[in-house]
Amino acid sequence: MKITTKYFGEMDILESDVIRFSHGIPGFPDETAFIFLPLTEDSPFTVMQSVSTPGLAFITTSPFLFFPDYSIDINDQTVEQLAFESASDATVYVILTIKEPFQKSTANLAAPVLVNHAKQLGKQVVLEKTRYTVSHPLFEQGGVQDARAHAQEK
Amino acid sequence: MLVLTRKKNESLIIAGDIEIEILAIDGEQVKIGIKAPKDVDIHRKEVYLAIQEANSEAAGQPLALTALDQLKDFKK
Repeated sequence: MKITTKYFGEMDILESDVIRFSHGIPGFPDETAFIFLPLTEDSPFTVMQSVSTPGLAFITTSPFLFFPDYSIDINDQTVEQLAFESASDATVYVILTIKEPFQKSTANLAAPVLVNHAKQLGKQVVLEKTRYTVSHPLFEQGGVQDARAHAQEK
Repeated sequence: MLVLTRKKNESLIIAGDIEIEILAIDGEQVKIGIKAPKDVDIHRKEVYLAIQEANSEAAGQPLALTALDQLKDFKK
Protein backbone atom coordinates (compact mmCIF):
# COMPACT_ATOMS: atom_id res chain seq x y z
CA MET A 1 0.00 0.00 0.00
CA LYS A 2 1.12 3.55 -0.72
CA ILE A 3 1.32 6.12 2.06
CA THR A 4 2.67 9.65 2.29
CA THR A 5 5.15 10.23 5.07
CA LYS A 6 6.44 13.30 6.90
CA TYR A 7 10.12 12.63 6.30
CA PHE A 8 10.40 10.25 3.34
CA GLY A 9 7.71 11.47 0.93
CA GLU A 10 5.58 8.81 -0.70
CA MET A 11 6.40 5.21 0.22
CA ASP A 12 5.22 1.75 -0.64
CA ILE A 13 4.76 -0.20 2.58
CA LEU A 14 3.65 -3.70 3.41
CA GLU A 15 0.32 -4.15 5.14
CA SER A 16 2.09 -6.69 7.34
CA ASP A 17 4.42 -3.98 8.72
CA VAL A 18 1.57 -1.78 9.94
CA ILE A 19 1.21 -1.74 13.73
CA ARG A 20 -2.29 -1.36 15.17
CA PHE A 21 -2.87 0.86 18.20
CA SER A 22 -6.44 -0.02 19.14
CA HIS A 23 -7.06 3.16 21.14
CA GLY A 24 -4.60 5.43 19.37
CA ILE A 25 -2.11 7.19 21.64
CA PRO A 26 -2.75 9.91 24.26
CA GLY A 27 -3.64 13.10 22.42
CA PHE A 28 -4.24 11.20 19.17
CA PRO A 29 -7.08 8.76 19.92
CA ASP A 30 -8.01 8.31 16.26
CA GLU A 31 -4.52 7.40 15.09
CA THR A 32 -4.74 3.63 15.24
CA ALA A 33 -2.15 2.62 12.66
CA PHE A 34 1.55 3.44 12.62
CA ILE A 35 4.56 2.13 10.79
CA PHE A 36 8.10 2.14 12.19
CA LEU A 37 10.71 3.29 9.67
CA PRO A 38 14.45 3.64 10.40
CA LEU A 39 15.55 7.25 9.83
CA THR A 40 18.64 6.08 7.95
CA GLU A 41 20.17 2.66 7.47
CA ASP A 42 22.35 2.66 10.59
CA SER A 43 20.54 5.29 12.62
CA PRO A 44 19.58 4.74 16.26
CA PHE A 45 16.41 6.70 15.46
CA THR A 46 13.17 5.26 14.16
CA VAL A 47 10.32 7.29 12.70
CA MET A 48 6.89 6.30 14.03
CA GLN A 49 4.77 7.39 11.09
CA SER A 50 0.98 7.56 11.10
CA VAL A 51 -0.40 5.51 8.22
CA SER A 52 -3.44 7.77 7.77
CA THR A 53 -1.99 11.23 8.51
CA PRO A 54 1.09 12.11 6.43
CA GLY A 55 2.08 15.02 8.67
CA LEU A 56 2.03 13.00 11.87
CA ALA A 57 5.30 11.30 12.71
CA PHE A 58 7.32 10.91 15.87
CA ILE A 59 11.06 10.50 16.16
CA THR A 60 11.70 7.57 18.49
CA THR A 61 14.65 5.57 19.70
CA SER A 62 15.40 2.54 21.79
CA PRO A 63 15.64 3.80 25.37
CA PHE A 64 18.33 1.24 26.15
CA LEU A 65 20.80 2.93 23.77
CA PHE A 66 20.71 6.19 25.66
CA PHE A 67 19.69 5.02 29.12
CA PRO A 68 21.33 1.63 29.68
CA ASP A 69 19.68 1.26 33.09
CA TYR A 70 16.17 1.91 31.78
CA SER A 71 13.67 -0.66 32.94
CA ILE A 72 9.90 -0.87 33.10
CA ASP A 73 7.34 -3.19 34.54
CA ILE A 74 4.60 -4.15 32.13
CA ASN A 75 1.31 -5.00 33.80
CA ASP A 76 -0.79 -8.05 32.94
CA GLN A 77 -3.35 -5.92 31.14
CA THR A 78 -0.72 -4.66 28.68
CA VAL A 79 0.78 -8.12 28.27
CA GLU A 80 -2.66 -9.37 27.30
CA GLN A 81 -3.51 -6.43 25.04
CA LEU A 82 -0.27 -6.82 23.09
CA ALA A 83 -0.32 -10.64 23.10
CA PHE A 84 3.19 -10.87 24.54
CA GLU A 85 4.24 -14.42 25.28
CA SER A 86 7.76 -13.60 26.37
CA ALA A 87 9.84 -10.49 26.97
CA SER A 88 11.56 -11.03 23.63
CA ASP A 89 8.25 -10.32 21.84
CA ALA A 90 8.41 -6.73 23.03
CA THR A 91 10.16 -3.91 21.23
CA VAL A 92 10.41 -0.73 23.28
CA TYR A 93 10.56 2.74 21.75
CA VAL A 94 10.51 6.13 23.44
CA ILE A 95 9.23 9.28 21.74
CA LEU A 96 11.71 12.12 21.43
CA THR A 97 11.13 15.83 21.42
CA ILE A 98 13.83 17.24 19.17
CA LYS A 99 15.07 20.59 20.39
CA GLU A 100 17.21 23.33 18.98
CA PRO A 101 20.08 22.85 19.64
CA PHE A 102 19.82 19.13 19.08
CA GLN A 103 21.81 18.37 22.24
CA LYS A 104 18.87 19.67 24.29
CA SER A 105 16.49 17.01 22.91
CA THR A 106 14.47 14.98 25.38
CA ALA A 107 12.96 11.51 25.61
CA ASN A 108 9.60 10.59 27.08
CA LEU A 109 10.62 7.78 29.41
CA ALA A 110 7.35 7.89 31.36
CA ALA A 111 5.28 6.67 28.42
CA PRO A 112 7.21 4.17 26.30
CA VAL A 113 5.69 2.76 23.13
CA LEU A 114 5.56 -1.03 23.28
CA VAL A 115 5.24 -3.01 20.08
CA ASN A 116 4.70 -6.66 19.31
CA HIS A 117 5.96 -6.61 15.72
CA ALA A 118 5.03 -10.22 15.02
CA LYS A 119 1.42 -9.65 16.05
CA GLN A 120 1.37 -6.06 14.67
CA LEU A 121 0.11 -4.66 17.97
CA GLY A 122 1.27 -1.52 19.72
CA LYS A 123 0.44 0.69 22.67
CA GLN A 124 1.88 3.75 24.33
CA VAL A 125 1.98 2.70 27.95
CA VAL A 126 1.45 5.34 30.60
CA LEU A 127 3.59 4.27 33.54
CA GLU A 128 2.07 5.01 36.93
CA LYS A 129 4.23 5.89 39.92
CA THR A 130 7.39 6.03 37.88
CA ARG A 131 10.62 7.88 38.57
CA TYR A 132 10.90 8.62 34.84
CA THR A 133 9.69 11.88 33.32
CA VAL A 134 8.09 12.83 30.00
CA SER A 135 11.08 14.98 29.09
CA HIS A 136 14.30 13.33 30.13
CA PRO A 137 17.42 14.94 28.58
CA LEU A 138 18.75 12.60 25.90
CA PHE A 139 22.36 13.64 26.30
CA GLU A 140 23.04 13.50 29.96
CA GLN A 141 26.03 12.22 31.85
CA GLY A 142 27.82 10.96 28.78
CA GLY A 143 24.68 9.32 27.42
CA VAL A 144 26.02 9.55 23.87
CA GLN A 145 29.24 7.81 24.75
CA ASP A 146 27.25 5.12 26.47
CA ALA A 147 25.18 4.64 23.35
CA ARG A 148 28.24 4.42 21.13
CA ALA A 149 29.99 2.00 23.46
CA HIS A 150 26.85 -0.10 23.52
CA ALA A 151 26.61 -0.09 19.74
CA GLN A 152 30.24 -1.15 19.39
CA GLU A 153 29.69 -4.11 21.66
CA LYS A 154 27.20 -5.56 19.21
CA MET B 1 -21.54 16.73 34.08
CA LEU B 2 -23.72 14.23 35.89
CA VAL B 3 -23.37 14.62 39.66
CA LEU B 4 -24.35 11.82 42.03
CA THR B 5 -23.92 11.53 45.77
CA ARG B 6 -22.50 8.28 47.14
CA LYS B 7 -21.57 7.03 50.59
CA LYS B 8 -18.68 4.83 51.60
CA ASN B 9 -18.99 1.33 50.12
CA GLU B 10 -21.57 2.48 47.58
CA SER B 11 -20.89 2.05 43.88
CA LEU B 12 -21.67 3.30 40.42
CA ILE B 13 -22.08 1.15 37.35
CA ILE B 14 -21.10 2.65 34.00
CA ALA B 15 -22.08 1.08 30.68
CA GLY B 16 -22.94 -2.19 32.40
CA ASP B 17 -19.42 -3.43 32.94
CA ILE B 18 -17.50 -0.71 34.77
CA GLU B 19 -17.95 -0.44 38.53
CA ILE B 20 -16.62 2.42 40.61
CA GLU B 21 -16.77 1.98 44.36
CA ILE B 22 -16.06 4.48 47.12
CA LEU B 23 -13.77 2.49 49.42
CA ALA B 24 -12.79 5.09 52.00
CA ILE B 25 -13.18 8.78 52.73
CA ASP B 26 -10.61 10.59 54.80
CA GLY B 27 -10.91 14.37 54.89
CA GLU B 28 -10.04 15.62 51.40
CA GLN B 29 -8.97 12.20 50.16
CA VAL B 30 -11.24 9.62 48.63
CA LYS B 31 -10.12 6.07 47.93
CA ILE B 32 -11.82 4.67 44.84
CA GLY B 33 -11.94 1.10 43.58
CA ILE B 34 -12.51 0.47 39.89
CA LYS B 35 -13.53 -2.76 38.21
CA ALA B 36 -13.40 -2.59 34.43
CA PRO B 37 -12.82 -4.83 31.41
CA LYS B 38 -9.16 -5.39 30.54
CA ASP B 39 -9.23 -3.23 27.45
CA VAL B 40 -10.23 -0.17 29.46
CA ASP B 41 -7.20 1.87 30.45
CA ILE B 42 -7.53 3.95 33.61
CA HIS B 43 -5.15 6.78 34.45
CA ARG B 44 -4.78 9.59 36.91
CA LYS B 45 -5.84 12.57 34.83
CA GLU B 46 -2.80 14.74 35.52
CA VAL B 47 -0.46 11.92 34.43
CA TYR B 48 -2.47 11.33 31.26
CA LEU B 49 -2.55 15.05 30.43
CA ALA B 50 1.23 15.27 30.81
CA ILE B 51 1.64 12.43 28.28
CA GLN B 52 -0.86 14.06 25.90
CA GLU B 53 1.04 17.30 26.09
CA ALA B 54 4.39 15.59 25.53
CA ASN B 55 2.98 13.77 22.48
CA SER B 56 1.54 16.96 21.04
CA GLU B 57 4.84 18.75 21.49
CA ALA B 58 6.79 15.89 19.91
CA ALA B 59 4.35 15.70 16.98
CA GLY B 60 4.02 19.42 16.44
CA GLN B 61 7.59 19.94 15.47
CA PRO B 62 8.16 20.97 11.88
CA LEU B 63 11.69 19.78 12.73
CA ALA B 64 14.23 22.26 11.40
CA LEU B 65 16.35 20.84 8.60
CA THR B 66 19.48 21.34 10.66
CA ALA B 67 18.01 19.17 13.42
CA LEU B 68 16.98 16.52 10.91
CA ASP B 69 20.47 16.52 9.41
CA GLN B 70 21.98 16.19 12.85
CA LEU B 71 19.65 13.28 13.54
CA LYS B 72 20.62 11.59 10.29
CA ASP B 73 24.32 12.12 10.96
CA PHE B 74 24.00 10.51 14.34
CA LYS B 75 25.21 6.98 13.88
CA LYS B 76 25.03 4.11 16.26
